[in-house]
Amino acid sequence: MVYLYRKISIILLFAGICVGATAQMAAMKEDNKTCLDCHSRQTYTLHNDWTGQDERRLMNPYFVIDTMQYLSGVHNGFSCIDCHSMDYETYPHNNELKFEPMATCLDCHGGDPHYEHFQFELIEEEFQKSIHFQRAGDLFTCNKCHNQHYYRTTARSSSRVADIVASDNAMCLACHSNAAKFSLAGSRDIPVINEVHSWLPNHELHFRSVRCIDCHTAFNDDLMVSHNIQAKEHAVKNCAECHSANSMLRASLYKYENIQSRQDKGFLSVFQTNQAYVIGANQVPAFKFITIGILLMAFAGIIVHVAFRIIHKK
Amino acid sequence: MSESKIYFYPLWLRIWHSVNALCIIVLIITGFLMHYGIHGKFINFYLIVRFHNYTGVILALNYLVFFSGNIVFGNKKFYRLKIKGWLQRIIRQSEYYAFGMFKGQQPPFPLNEKRKFNPLQKFSYFFSMYLILPLVIISGIALLYPEIIVEEVYDVSGVFLTALFHAGLGFIILMFLIVHVYAASIGKNPIQNFKSIINGWHELSH
Repeated sequence: MVYLYRKISIILLFAGICVGATAQMAAMKEDNKTCLDCHSRQTYTLHNDWTGQDERRLMNPYFVIDTMQYLSGVHNGFSCIDCHSMDYETYPHNNELKFEPMATCLDCHGGDPHYEHFQFELIEEEFQKSIHFQRAGDLFTCNKCHNQHYYRTTARSSSRVADIVASDNAMCLACHSNAAKFSLAGSRDIPVINEVHSWLPNHELHFRSVRCIDCHTAFNDDLMVSHNIQAKEHAVKNCAECHSANSMLRASLYKYENIQSRQDKGFLSVFQTNQAYVIGANQVPAFKFITIGILLMAFAGIIVHVAFRIIHKK
Repeated sequence: MSESKIYFYPLWLRIWHSVNALCIIVLIITGFLMHYGIHGKFINFYLIVRFHNYTGVILALNYLVFFSGNIVFGNKKFYRLKIKGWLQRIIRQSEYYAFGMFKGQQPPFPLNEKRKFNPLQKFSYFFSMYLILPLVIISGIALLYPEIIVEEVYDVSGVFLTALFHAGLGFIILMFLIVHVYAASIGKNPIQNFKSIINGWHELSH
């Protein structure tokens, strides 16, 4: 009987996933479906004129689109050919198309009042001071970090620090823990992240709790996220920059309104906001007042007792 | 007025007590600096944390000396709490400290070979040694290995709660230290008890 229930629940769950997936797929632009016939699969079929046969081949994994992720990204309403050449509609694709210059973020977002609050121009300015630009110049495009197919505004929309940290660090690690992708921006050997951070106490915990950019970018108060990622020599190495009452993290990781707004609620906010603990930076006003109060009372008691002992010569 | 001495504090206990006292002082100072993120040119935060960690480990090992020494040398019998009438005994002892000693009254629970601690001492020593100190050591070990701590408790960081708990216990220990040191000045004369913890002999004055 238990088995039967289990079977039914598995079938229902599977059916639910299928319905959910179909519902998600339904939101995909109709004209994208032709492209995704091949580009959402790991294999594609090609007609070989020489042999006269249809051949099944492996799709380059970097050209496979995860449709679920695409649909949950900010660009989900776009057709493939809004950004890619219309000539891709012919199949097999023309080889020349691989040299097609791709649109950059600023081509659409620059100078548009609708996106003013994202400050794309300022981001571009900051980026041009960064080590990424110094090493690879214009070839280091936005999409090296921000995958335009799946991009989500996690830092703005999430109220969980852990989620913001995880999604942000994944962007850096996409290249900094992948030798092949890292080599696109230069000929240097890829540094082993754990080795170069071995000086950092509890570095695994730091990686889960703090974004790479919190230590590796120049601080810019006007921007939500500074894009001036600096050479390793300029990275924060002084513990007290974060582990202090005026922690640098308050101006960076914890700056966002959705986190900050809850921070100012006073006494109870301690139990709403502290998803991450930073020694020296998370102070509890109530703890401070209670301990100072008890200390003062104890000293007052001792002083009175000493006075009586002096009077009574005890 | 009869005068006599009792060898209350054997060598192992005196060594444990001094190491414990030094560790506690270092841990309270470094813990305070860490909790309030106080740092400067000469007090590097990283060194404060390391100093706190190492001292904490020494304190934990030293606690094992206390725990096993108490069993081996029979010192544990002085910590045995009698449940019946404990509150009355504590009140009587407190009354003596608050009023009786100034009126020239004799201590309600004079110390002898069988009674090393008065009820207030026994109560506070029992709880600080067998409850507060083990808890501060366990929470300290948890903070050394934060991956063993529950990640979140109702949207609050588990590490944060553990750290707050650890700091709270640290404060209780600070309070114990202040009262303990002050109470030690109440004896035959204000410095007698401080001599006793060095030479081991407790001088009775009644």
